[in-house]
Amino acid sequence: MATDVTTTSMTERRVGPAKRPRRNAGRWISDHLVLMVGILVLAYMFVPIGYIFALSFNQPSGGETGHQSAGAQFEAFTWTNWSTICEPEGLCRSLRLSIQVSITATVIATILGTLMAFALVRHSFRGRGSSNLLIFLPMATPEVVMGSSLLAMFVSTGFDSVLGFVTIVIAHVLFCLSFVVVTVKARLTGMDSRLEQAAMDLYANEWQTFRLVTLPLAMPGIVAAALLSFSLSFDDFIVTNFTAGQSVTFPLYVYGAKLKDFPAQLYVVGTIMFLVSFVFVIAAEVWRRRRARAWA
Amino acid sequence: MVETNQDLHLEDLTKRFGDFAAVRDLSLTVPNGSFFALLGPSGCGKTTTLRMVAGLEDPTAGRIRMGDQDITALRPYKRPVNTVFQSYALFPHLTIFENVAFGLRRRGIKDYRQKTLDMIELVQLGPYAGRKPAQLSGGQQQRVALGRALINEPGVLLLDEPLGALDLKLRRQMQIELKRIQTEIEVTFVHVTHDQEEAMTMADTIAVMNHGVIEQMGAPGELYENPVTTFVANFLGQSNLIMTDIIDGAGAEVMVDCQGQKIGVSSERSHAKGRKAWLGIRPEKIFASHAHEAERTDSNVLTGGRISDVSFVGVSTQYLVAMPWDQELMVFEQNTGRRPLFENGDEVDLSWSSEHAFLLDADQDAHAGMMRPEDRE
Amino acid sequence: MTHVAPAPAPTGAAVDGETSRRRGWGWLLLVPGMLYLAIFFVFPTIQLFLTSLYDPSGNYVQGYTLTWHFANYVDAIRDTWNLFVRSFVYAGIATAVCLLLGYPLAYAIAFKAGRWKNFMLVLVIAPFFTSFLLRTLSWKTILADQGPVADFLRTIQILPEDGRLLATPLAVIAGLIYNFMPFMTLPLFASLDKVDYRLIEASSDLYSSPLTGFRKVTFPLSLPGVVAGTLLTFIPASGDYINAEILGTPKQYMVGNRIQAAFLTEHDYPLAASLSLTLMLIVVLMVVVYVRRVGTEELV
Repeated sequence: MATDVTTTSMTERRVGPAKRPRRNAGRWISDHLVLMVGILVLAYMFVPIGYIFALSFNQPSGGETGHQSAGAQFEAFTWTNWSTICEPEGLCRSLRLSIQVSITATVIATILGTLMAFALVRHSFRGRGSSNLLIFLPMATPEVVMGSSLLAMFVSTGFDSVLGFVTIVIAHVLFCLSFVVVTVKARLTGMDSRLEQAAMDLYANEWQTFRLVTLPLAMPGIVAAALLSFSLSFDDFIVTNFTAGQSVTFPLYVYGAKLKDFPAQLYVVGTIMFLVSFVFVIAAEVWRRRRARAWA
Repeated sequence: MVETNQDLHLEDLTKRFGDFAAVRDLSLTVPNGSFFALLGPSGCGKTTTLRMVAGLEDPTAGRIRMGDQDITALRPYKRPVNTVFQSYALFPHLTIFENVAFGLRRRGIKDYRQKTLDMIELVQLGPYAGRKPAQLSGGQQQRVALGRALINEPGVLLLDEPLGALDLKLRRQMQIELKRIQTEIEVTFVHVTHDQEEAMTMADTIAVMNHGVIEQMGAPGELYENPVTTFVANFLGQSNLIMTDIIDGAGAEVMVDCQGQKIGVSSERSHAKGRKAWLGIRPEKIFASHAHEAERTDSNVLTGGRISDVSFVGVSTQYLVAMPWDQELMVFEQNTGRRPLFENGDEVDLSWSSEHAFLLDADQDAHAGMMRPEDRE
Repeated sequence: MTHVAPAPAPTGAAVDGETSRRRGWGWLLLVPGMLYLAIFFVFPTIQLFLTSLYDPSGNYVQGYTLTWHFANYVDAIRDTWNLFVRSFVYAGIATAVCLLLGYPLAYAIAFKAGRWKNFMLVLVIAPFFTSFLLRTLSWKTILADQGPVADFLRTIQILPEDGRLLATPLAVIAGLIYNFMPFMTLPLFASLDKVDYRLIEASSDLYSSPLTGFRKVTFPLSLPGVVAGTLLTFIPASGDYINAEILGTPKQYMVGNRIQAAFLTEHDYPLAASLSLTLMLIVVLMVVVYVRRVGTEELV
């Protein structure tokens, strides 16, 4: 292509190889090498997903009910796993519990965390540094430690007899809180505070300013934090294991199942979870692009 | 409810940030319905002053009054003051219509819809009412910001360098536009800018600010022709400043010894104290003539100059004249075409009418207010 | 800091020129969250500390007495120090490999992806949409003795005839790498994304090889992301026990396994608590030293 080198724009250079043939063999390789390695790594990440998907159709030799031991190989193809999802005992109950727990924990963590993020970004007060530290610590704590300390507390305060929904939610809120704060904080620090000044200049009092300007602009961050919270909570095993008592969430069900009968329906659920979230995220992205285009 | 159509009074306004005083004991009165400019370099405190009037900053000391009413303690949304921000601060998640209507709706005005549409038409953005700010150009956004503020019929409209982001041509257009609007609606405009040409074009009154204080305040012509500090002399246009000794300070004319030559300056234009003074004369006021050809009238004359640089700028020719005391003076002459240009090395006498010179205090910095190369755009 | 003014204007300490945060009531917003953390994090940790000092002669049924038995720690560490070492070694290797693999991926997304940037980001997190356990279990299938991977490696002679992939440290570390990859990639991406690409282009002009440019310009600029990523990977990895349990044998068990067993199976609370706290202390110490050395301030 006869492109005038001196007018090559920044964006052109970013996407394609440089148009000057001379000294860029090295750069061409490194350009593409990075991208190729990146794609390979991505592919590697999806290998287990592929297996989960494939195994959801697996008809193992253990009989038509689809029970097998975890780690079995693919044997025969069947649709029955998909049509009998709730057949294994307790599977759907655990799913229900997981969803209830995660929604509750997400709501609580998002509210508390958003309040904290606002306080940290928009207001000045003493002890900011130590607040930051305290919020960071749960993220730095291995789940084993967090779970065990919560269990220890429940035991010593006599609550160990009521381990269940409440204690699970308490634990989940705990580790989601820090992530919510970080996410919302990131969004808030990027916000132009002059917009709120403009609102007050235009006769909006503090509450109106918050409701009409601050909150809508912070919303993407809050939503992102909520989604992050939900996924962390839904998939959590270690902390839940310590604080669940007799209750069984979905990850706990899977863990228990691996020791004995391992219904292939679990792979079905895994696949469904993947598809639902994947579609959800893609849809959100498409929606976001549509809105962005309307803006630009 | 605060009454509009009042004069705006700032009394001993001070703003400190820690040890740093951004604004110090600032007092001024902005007459109702006038176009007032706060002019100064960046960091002089003009934006801080504006924000205090808007209520977005709390003064460390001092008061702000509209008419008789003290508004110092009022929250921004209680003041009949609106601001056009430097970055426009349009709400990105609202449409143009919603942006402009914002103030009216907060105040509970019932028929805001029609008023908003009218205002959008007034700023010539009719077809864009449903768009979002990000879809508009800079000039269009600026008009939205203006409309959004004006629609509330404030007692004072504050403009914080609103034309800074526009290109030159658009800026000139908007200057004329703003001035026209202000004259029509007779709302008090307080316009903050660092562009002295902009201030002189648009304002009825200019206050020149430097390091938190007002150096001089008055009509543009007054400030330009009769500056009282070197800062004002250099910040507005350009000035030649020559160190002189005061010979006779009494009487209607102050006589000074300008490097061996005698010059007289009307005492009304003398702002010097002490035994020495800066003699100031603007380059465009100086008439250069070939040596010994100047007619001796009662105008001031400096002899012994030699042209050391000639710059043709189209409209005018700018000369640098080397004087016997190692100073180069600037002389601007309009290219009327009526007489030939001087050339490098020509020996010239410089003369000017005595009502154009001014005397400034010798303690002041002769370079104060001069535009450094990095200030130029 | 507040200047007493003759004016009736309310004055607050002006911070950075912003007066919108006057009145100082903002800290109230912090209270609910802080209270929560105090009750459910600080207090339990203190409780854990006390538990670790219980007299080990008590038990779950009869209760424990607090005897400030610091010897619990000595016993615990003496018996399990190899587990600690193993955990940190596994986590360290996993983190390093994650960095090695995740950095090109993050770099590719930040600079080479163009229109596909957001899509690729989704792909990075997408595997997390299935259950953590299911993913790890499927690795068990993939790396199984009769599975394709093991077969392949045996064919090309990397693996001996009777060699296994599962139940080896390799499998456990591979599991750790896989499960924590997004924790490394995303912060790296966030950091790289902020870098002005023109700086990188300038570096390639200045330095003779892309590698030098990378070493001197790109990598230092992405350092906050590297720090965040390694922390977010190493810390949970060192406490993880699922990978070890599913993909390994008791010979590969990490500290987490021991803690879990002590708490939930043996109900030996003083031991479990002292192990927990030791792990936490070592981790916190490592983090502090690491962050100090690398020099990033903002952690949250």
